[in-house]
Amino acid sequence: MPVIMYREAIRDALAEEMRRDPRVFVMGEDVAIYGGAYSATQGLVQEFGETRVRDTAISEAVIAGAATGAAMCGMRPVAEIMYVDFMTLAMDQFVNQAGKNRYMFGGKTTVPMVIRTEGGAGRCIAAHHSQSLESWFTHAPGIFVVMPSTPYDAKGLLKTCIRDDNPILFIEHKMLYNNKGEVPTEEYLIPLGKAAVRREGTDVTIISYSRMALRAEEAGKKLAEEGVSAEVIDVRSLKPLDIDCILDSVKKTGRLVLASEAYKEGNFVCEIAMKVTEFAFDYLDAPIERVCAANCPVPMSPVLEDEAVPRAEKIVAAAKRTMDKA
Amino acid sequence: MGKLQAVKRKKAASAKAATAEAGGLTKEFKIGLLRRMMEIRGFEDKVFELLARNILQGASHVYAGQEAVAVGACSAMAQRDYATSTHRGHGHCLALGADLKLMMAELCGKATGYCKGRGGSMHIADVSNRNLGATGIVGGNIPVGTGAALACQMQKKDSAVLCFFGDGASNEGNFHESLNMAGKWKLPVIYICENNLYGMSVAFSRACAVGSICGRAVGYNMPGVRVDGQKVLEVREAVVEAIARARRGDGPSLIEAMTYRYRGHSRSDPRVYRTKEEEAYWHDRDPIKLFKADLLAEGVLTEKSFEGLQAEVDKAIAAAEKFAVEESPYPNPSEVMDDVYCGWVEDEKGLKRIG
Repeated sequence: MPVIMYREAIRDALAEEMRRDPRVFVMGEDVAIYGGAYSATQGLVQEFGETRVRDTAISEAVIAGAATGAAMCGMRPVAEIMYVDFMTLAMDQFVNQAGKNRYMFGGKTTVPMVIRTEGGAGRCIAAHHSQSLESWFTHAPGIFVVMPSTPYDAKGLLKTCIRDDNPILFIEHKMLYNNKGEVPTEEYLIPLGKAAVRREGTDVTIISYSRMALRAEEAGKKLAEEGVSAEVIDVRSLKPLDIDCILDSVKKTGRLVLASEAYKEGNFVCEIAMKVTEFAFDYLDAPIERVCAANCPVPMSPVLEDEAVPRAEKIVAAAKRTMDKA
Repeated sequence: MGKLQAVKRKKAASAKAATAEAGGLTKEFKIGLLRRMMEIRGFEDKVFELLARNILQGASHVYAGQEAVAVGACSAMAQRDYATSTHRGHGHCLALGADLKLMMAELCGKATGYCKGRGGSMHIADVSNRNLGATGIVGGNIPVGTGAALACQMQKKDSAVLCFFGDGASNEGNFHESLNMAGKWKLPVIYICENNLYGMSVAFSRACAVGSICGRAVGYNMPGVRVDGQKVLEVREAVVEAIARARRGDGPSLIEAMTYRYRGHSRSDPRVYRTKEEEAYWHDRDPIKLFKADLLAEGVLTEKSFEGLQAEVDKAIAAAEKFAVEESPYPNPSEVMDDVYCGWVEDEKGLKRIG
């Protein structure tokens, strides 16, 4: 199977969907000639031209809003917002205008749009370019949030998102773009709301997504070396969420660790914890642990940034705490 | 020579009549415009009454006083065009041809309303009839309308989008970002600013750094014109020209229609920020009164036929009220989660794909 980079997987997904469906088009800042700030749209303008691959002004609100209007009128836009931090500027358009559209208009409208963006820390670019803001969007009704961690998932999920009829925030991770992985040449789709069990285990369940899913796998390996059998799950899409996969695992292990790169308070994983207490409380043998980013703006200094964001060791330590408390 | 001139004049007159006919400006068409304005006025007066009697819940920002803008502008549209609307949007919906009954039912939160009672006053859409919906966020519809125009351009549909908003919205970033995008990409969109002189209580002159909104068009490479928003045909003419420009591929236009809302911003507004004299000035320039006078002078309308028209409108409004208030059921509470997503439903555990 060919091995390609995460950003190539994104690019291939876009190209395949654009070839398949003339309604699909790409717009955003620096997506055409430059090929995307993280090179995820390289070569698209050469193949599809400037009508379908549109460089926009630095105007996040109208990028998101124009995608909404175009989607309502029969197109299937894939808009790029360069950093999830910049979604603050597009918040009304995406959350109020796109997300609530179908419901408040009585189910008569359809808004098939994807906003691709990227988040996360790791490049020492500080508080306005390093956040993980997914929980702001999972909180809002009417929109989906998808966060792939591997090239295979990135391609299969993005293609599914483009074909879905809901407004979707597809959050890539800036530290994953050059990661390589096996991606088949033949077409495949990954359904939304389907988690991936990265490692099977019996002692403790570790749930994560995006870059933290890789650290969770790393933690799973370390725990195995220490005789702890961790089941590691990458939820891949936060909304819809594969709650059954999570509950099945917790029922098996009785222990749960949640790992996320977003701020600790109000983190999306708190919702997973709540659902587990609602539907599998009796199976828990220990309090649920969460490993999240510090509740501070993401700092620039590499030392501070590294401290603010969970490392695999912190996930390992949390898993061990659940074992000690059992 | 004299005879030839007479023939020429006759030919010119008949050509003009034919153009007026082609442009839809027949007697019936003009009466139709008047009637639509009267329906909006009647609807809004009824809304205000129902709000005062607490029969209508929630917020309703009524359009009374501004009728000529919506009716004039929408009369220039073809069936393939679109419009987006605002929190003060009842007039736009009705001018687009919305059914009075379904409108009133929506305002009452009834299942029979345009949006099954989920949207209410501020969120009425009817995409099958060109209405891409109203928004509760000031200026929130401007990017959406711009995107609709982008779709029309990409689909080579020869369609145009009317994007309504107020003077308050022209100070939002959305206005500037959208006009820049539309100006750069020559999108077929007509930005119609209804300058009713107040953003809630703050006078336009106290909020805006410049004296006219149409002047801002210069910054976005599009024509900007100011029209008398109390004159339905003047609004129509400006929009006809702007739509023609959009269809030619020459891009967007900005039209500033000077108008006035008779009621307060909402029902709780005592209107302390403006004078009785100012209100009286605008009531003298009432759009229905002005157009009625024009049609009487033209001989298209008589006082008697106007009274007949008014009686018909009153009857239609009464029927809408009866339908909405008495005959229509509220939505079933079990449907509260319907249509949040397309193709997915949510149960207590989460979202599930359907179909």
